[in-house]
Amino acid sequence: MSALLEIDHIAVGYDGMRALQDVSLRAEAGAVVALVGANGAGKTSLLRAISGLVRAQSGTIRFAGDDITRVPAHRIVRLGIAHVPEGRRVFASATVRDNLLLGAYIDRDAKHRRTRLEAAFAAFPILRERLEQRASTLSGGEQQMLAIARGTMSAPRLLMLDEPSLGIAPKLIPQIYAGIRAIATGGTTVLLVEQNVGEALRAADTAYVLQTGRVVLSGDASDLIGDPLVQEAFLGIVAT
Amino acid sequence: MEALTTFAQLLASGLLTGLVFALVAVGLTLVYGVMDVVNFAHGEFLMLAMYAALGLALVGIGPLLGLPLVAIALFLFGIVVYRLFVRRLLAGPPEATVFGTFGLLVLLQGIAQAVFSSDFLSAPRPPFQGTIRFAGLAVSQATVVEGIGALLLTAGLYAFVEYTETGRAMRAVAEDRIAATLMGIDVQRINGLAFGMGAACVGAAGALLMLSYPVYPTAGASFALTAFVVVALGGFGSIQGALVGALLVGMLEVFGGYYLSPELKMVPVFLAYLVVVLLRPQGLLGRR
Ligand SMILES: Nc1ncnc2c1ncn2[C@@H]1O[C@H](COP(=O)(O)OP(=O)(O)OP(=O)(O)O)[C@@H](O)[C@H]1O
Ligand SMILES: [Mg+2]
Repeated sequence: MSALLEIDHIAVGYDGMRALQDVSLRAEAGAVVALVGANGAGKTSLLRAISGLVRAQSGTIRFAGDDITRVPAHRIVRLGIAHVPEGRRVFASATVRDNLLLGAYIDRDAKHRRTRLEAAFAAFPILRERLEQRASTLSGGEQQMLAIARGTMSAPRLLMLDEPSLGIAPKLIPQIYAGIRAIATGGTTVLLVEQNVGEALRAADTAYVLQTGRVVLSGDASDLIGDPLVQEAFLGIVAT
Repeated sequence: MEALTTFAQLLASGLLTGLVFALVAVGLTLVYGVMDVVNFAHGEFLMLAMYAALGLALVGIGPLLGLPLVAIALFLFGIVVYRLFVRRLLAGPPEATVFGTFGLLVLLQGIAQAVFSSDFLSAPRPPFQGTIRFAGLAVSQATVVEGIGALLLTAGLYAFVEYTETGRAMRAVAEDRIAATLMGIDVQRINGLAFGMGAACVGAAGALLMLSYPVYPTAGASFALTAFVVVALGGFGSIQGALVGALLVGMLEVFGGYYLSPELKMVPVFLAYLVVVLLRPQGLLGRR
């Protein structure tokens, strides 16, 4: 039985500088997998390697059994992988509706689009009210909800979220996580990158801890919450 | 009363002139908006289109039938130029596109010089040479045809960008290439298409302009200069901005030519340009 996403021993570098070294990771179909680590640990680089925005220098990335290590970035979403990038990157001067429709760029079927729009509204109800507004007029939290909803519009099997709680007003974070849980409950596999480790581990089934480009710890999310290393490094809890 | 008629006359002719400027400028602004490339050879594309329209006229194909043919030819030419040339420039440092497209300008002018010499050539017996009189105003048929044609095409381009699936993808690429890629948009394909459409705009403009202008190797350069002013006035990357800027420039030019002197017609244009650049550097309808 193979996992939906299988990353084996990949390395990623920028101009000679190593961002990832010998990283392996698995995501079972239907699971929520958290990838946590401090600033510069290489979390974003891993997502960028999966979506083809950077090339892995060695190792392989397999999705649903196929080697996708060298697939061009604009084809990745057609295979069923949606990447919600760090910093949201919504199309600011386009309306919320146009942003969502761009999320469904690869599938022009009007019926599919309507169904997915309804699913997106179910996860993030506020978007329905904002539909005709320009994305730039949304709050940071609403933009994050839009970015995630836009990612779901291609009906991906794997949804990758890069720091969905970064820079978001704390009172909006539970809303965002409620949406993520709703999406996962619908059967979408989620790869969740976070620095907000507590929130991520509570939402996840399994988790990986990255440190300076290497996986230093992995296992069930519930076990990792209790791990002294995690508690000390990320949760600010010092064992006594 | 007579002053008023003169004013109305100038206004009409300024607006009609401006509409043709708009068609040239939207091509420039579309390419800039989508891929941040200022195509310095835009005027030379126009010049090629005028020679092409002239060639068609010589074999008996008039400007209106010739227009779609020249537009399609320039569209394909634009795509080839993008694939072979601009695409590589984009992979280099930002200045590469400036020097690269400027080099293309020099190259195309040189080729035209060698092939056609510097003679001024005009279409034989162009149609629409009459005058339209309306409410005391008199405008040449050719200017009216040019103006209306340019307006329809500019509006069509705007509608394409605003309301079609591919237009939406173009706006996405314009705003954020990486995010657009993550949506499954092939940025190279969209860039090529936008570059081709920018060239098609001057393709159509070239066919229209053959109604009233001669063609020679540097014929495109003066229109391109105006187009740069128009785009800077209206706001880089904005199609509506190009239309507003073009109408303004058309009127200033016509008024300047009449009330100052024909040699000084560009003075009010560049004054307006200076004022806008100083007070609103992003242009009248530009963002940021
Ligand atoms: N485009 C780039 N060019 C050069 N170096 C880069 C680039 N992107 C990332 N890096 C470097 O690679 C390393 C990993 O960066 P990455 O963005 O993957 O980390 P991260 O875990 O996502 O960090 P953060 O939590 O700050 O987002 C860092 O040292 C970073 O400086
Ligand atoms: Mg990151």
